[in-house]
Amino acid sequence: MAIFAMPSLGADMEAGTLVQWMIQPGDTVKRGDVVAVVETQKGAIEIECFEEGIVQSLDAELGATLAVGAALATISAPGTKAVPAQRQAKRPTPAAETKATAQPTDVTKTADVAKPTAPPKPPLDVEKMPLASPAARVLAAERGVNLEMLVGSGPGGAVLLRDVPSSPPTSGTKDNAQPSTKAGLDLAAMRTAIAKAMARSKREIPHYYLTQTIDLQLAFDWLSKTNAQRPPEQRLLMGALFVKASSLAAAEVAQMNGHYDADGYHPSTAVHAGVAIALRGGGLVAPALHDTDSLPIDELMEQMRDVVARARAGRLRSSEMVDGTITVSAMGDTGADAMAAVIYPPQVAIVGFGAPVFRPWIAGDTIVPRMTVTVTLSADHRVSDGRRGAKFLAAVNAALQTPEAL
Amino acid sequence: MTNAEIRKIFLEELTNIAPDIDPADVGDSDHLQDDLELDSMDFLNLVSALHQRLGVNVSEADYPKIATLALAVEYLNEKIS
Repeated sequence: MAIFAMPSLGADMEAGTLVQWMIQPGDTVKRGDVVAVVETQKGAIEIECFEEGIVQSLDAELGATLAVGAALATISAPGTKAVPAQRQAKRPTPAAETKATAQPTDVTKTADVAKPTAPPKPPLDVEKMPLASPAARVLAAERGVNLEMLVGSGPGGAVLLRDVPSSPPTSGTKDNAQPSTKAGLDLAAMRTAIAKAMARSKREIPHYYLTQTIDLQLAFDWLSKTNAQRPPEQRLLMGALFVKASSLAAAEVAQMNGHYDADGYHPSTAVHAGVAIALRGGGLVAPALHDTDSLPIDELMEQMRDVVARARAGRLRSSEMVDGTITVSAMGDTGADAMAAVIYPPQVAIVGFGAPVFRPWIAGDTIVPRMTVTVTLSADHRVSDGRRGAKFLAAVNAALQTPEAL
Repeated sequence: MTNAEIRKIFLEELTNIAPDIDPADVGDSDHLQDDLELDSMDFLNLVSALHQRLGVNVSEADYPKIATLALAVEYLNEKIS
């Protein structure tokens, strides 16, 4: 039996407001399943389960603001018989737990769906979860409206604020549930969260910066040629190449890829690149994509499309908020030449790509116009020094010279 | 398809991608990226949506030709007819 608690979704998160349950008692959950949606300063976040087993009880009220570490749900070990509600407090004997763990085939009818071959139960099927903006989610929670019953007018049928019926249902609403006073993606609150994280970063992390202008012509030509043969739905963005090149470099230079905490630096063997996404109207999030150093470029692009859409619709997942081992921030097609970014704690490096631009370039003994990009590494001097930083930028450069291999 | 119809579809897809934009506020010569602040991902999503909705495959080389509402309506009309 385990208590599933409100996770910390970033160093500066203190509490979150529960706005939607995705599970109910009796459901079988596994690691990574979305169990609840929590409203934070960074928008609505889908909370993923760390436990495996059967949901015994939901221990928090919709609309309640809960501190990090507060109990959300009670989950029993896999294979344990679902305990009837009146017996929830009674823990299974250690023997029963051991037996259940040792013999996963000895499952009850309820736990049967946990078999890998079994289709996921509808409430846990992320694809079938209702798309909704954070504001709509909060409003629906306040009014006791089931989002799944609504037809949204937003992107991909997402339920927007205006789609939530104004009249509350006659029954089923908990009067004592304290609704969030902050409706939706509160950009002022997000700005406060960014301010806290960035102030902490600049207070604690001795940043150093290295800048290198890279010949991007080969990557630019390869991208143009590749995209010319593809319908828009399958085209790549230069940003995907930047993320892949940075991830390959991060895999090569261990001092740029990991987390720094009270015990010092913990390098990560996996590379999960955070992708900085500017939200329309202001605001910034940097959800992580997983294993970006080994993701094929088409898949990486697909995941970027998906995460950008979800960041804007307010559907990021908890693992995306905390798993990043390095962050990549790109200016896009137009904008400033270079960007010296602020490290996102507890990470130790961030890579800023300026807008690609044609510049005079020396090739052999002549000056030629080449597409170029200025890359700036911001790194943590507690962990690395300029020599390692330069090695990182050299690796980014090398990766971008063989775009077909990305 | 008339220019008015194309204009309506274009604005619909634009506001699907950027729900905070009021179609009534989009000026004929507003630059999608500079004025309406679409980023490269938004722009690609718009091009994808136009492809699916109108069957017009806007090549990267032609992106400048749909940079504003007025330009886009003219370009799409030409491609459809």
